[in-house]
Amino acid sequence: MAKTITDVVCPFCGTLCDDLEVGVSDDGKKIIDVYNACAIGAEKFLHSQASDRVTRPRMKQEDGSWKEVSYDEAVEYTATTLAAARKPLMYGWSSTNCEAQAIGTEIGEIVGAVMDNTATVCHGTTLIAVQDVGVPSCTLGEILNRADRIVFWGCNPAHAHPRHMSRYSIFPRGFFTGKGAKGRRMIVVDPRVTDTAKTADMHLQIEQGRDYELLTALRVAFKGEWLPDTVAGIPKKTIYEVADLMKSGRFGIIFFGMGVTQSLSKNHNIDQAICVTRDLNEYTKWNIMPMRGHYNVTGSGEVWGWLHGFPFALDLSRGFARYNPGDTTSNDLLVRDEVDAVFVIGSDPGAHFPNSSVKKIWDLPSICVDPHLTPTTAVCKLHVPVAFVGVETGGCAYRMDNVPIECRKVVDPPEGMMTDLEFLERVTARVRELKGA
Amino acid sequence: MPKIKLNLITGRTIQQGVSMEGGKEKPAYTAACGIIELDPEDFKKLGVYRNTNVRVTSEYGSVVVKAVDATQGPHPGLGWIPMGPWANMVVNPNTYSTGMPTFKGTPVEVEGAKGEPVWDSLTLVTKACRGEL
Repeated sequence: MAKTITDVVCPFCGTLCDDLEVGVSDDGKKIIDVYNACAIGAEKFLHSQASDRVTRPRMKQEDGSWKEVSYDEAVEYTATTLAAARKPLMYGWSSTNCEAQAIGTEIGEIVGAVMDNTATVCHGTTLIAVQDVGVPSCTLGEILNRADRIVFWGCNPAHAHPRHMSRYSIFPRGFFTGKGAKGRRMIVVDPRVTDTAKTADMHLQIEQGRDYELLTALRVAFKGEWLPDTVAGIPKKTIYEVADLMKSGRFGIIFFGMGVTQSLSKNHNIDQAICVTRDLNEYTKWNIMPMRGHYNVTGSGEVWGWLHGFPFALDLSRGFARYNPGDTTSNDLLVRDEVDAVFVIGSDPGAHFPNSSVKKIWDLPSICVDPHLTPTTAVCKLHVPVAFVGVETGGCAYRMDNVPIECRKVVDPPEGMMTDLEFLERVTARVRELKGA
Repeated sequence: MPKIKLNLITGRTIQQGVSMEGGKEKPAYTAACGIIELDPEDFKKLGVYRNTNVRVTSEYGSVVVKAVDATQGPHPGLGWIPMGPWANMVVNPNTYSTGMPTFKGTPVEVEGAKGEPVWDSLTLVTKACRGEL
């Protein structure tokens, strides 16, 4: 007979589902099953139990082989590498808790690092746009209870945030949305007929990279002004129709994803999407929200926001906080050879950065703190496996709507393994000694 | 051997997410992400069988992946490689002063690559860093 732990928080995507149930063995040591989670979330919990998991730090040898080292040696290598570097890059921070992010920032302050999180390849351009034009937003609870017009622009929650539609945005019945999906109108803008688009009331199959044009056309259509016959591959009749549909709702929300943040025009696309939201508030209530990817990428932006005033691309190398996307962002720094050591935690740039940046990490003294084996652990000099946050240790994480949620510990990590926080605390203490700080 | 020109985009798929959490060193991750989804129209122009390997080349790099039918199409003229090291061999790394590489909208050429292997993620990245590709 297994025990069931309820109200477990899922540490995968920014939806941060907090209704999971995890069945553990009687001795509380083994996860047997995961209920309510999506396929990805369930896999994350179950993979933590893998028998082939790396449980001790490993150092890369000259011949390319790996040698197991102790956590003490790993702390020493990390601290000395960071202390000796003139401008180290400390990247990642999105798959860990806010406590670890805060202590990691302390290391960054002492050694004069550039701190960057995964927003740099995700919603970094959104953050730039928000600083440009502001953001009228709300919480996911308000969407559940009020929203009757939902737009998914350049995002595919059916694949990337699998429970988003069923928990908050489309299917649930809320206080003012008693008819559930029947009372809501769903519009998807995407160059592919995605699985999300297949469930929508309207799908605008936009020409890839033409989001700026279509968003601007919508602003024209709200005012009933003249439009050319087609914009971004969409006939003007459809654009007027969508504009009317958006204006006719009581409470609307635009969710947007990588389709707008990673296509050309980047932050300007989002400037325009926020302006669409602002325009719609002349007629009815509208909001806009980025579909944040990692479960705590929002949290790292929050932590750096309250510590130093900037949500990503935080340069502490001059002893005070600077922020200049394009200059203090990871990929630009790596490609231009402007950093001399790389520390990665809770992220996988080896898989998710363009290869030109990955090659630079390969050439530098580098440390990767990650429970998994990843392409980043393959290119770094030191791999420090740690406990899974949200599975083997708790901590605070921020949902995509900036709501903080305390993650729960379900089982113990394998014996002798450190958590992110414990490892970073040890490194901080050693860096302080080395720097006399 | 015919070559076709496509506009390449990348992004998450649920198979990518599940296999990533299951371990990026495992074959399931290669099966989920070492692919390019092509529209049936583009398959015709390319003249290769489904589930055979193709080489995708851009101004920024080249990679061998398996060509499969579009699962979320039709999208003629558009190629889709799920986010991961395979896509990142060919995407446009320029950030244009935003910090964000241009992961979506890279012009690529696709051609048949019979007999060339699709490397697993760790081998692919290691080989690329060593300059062995």
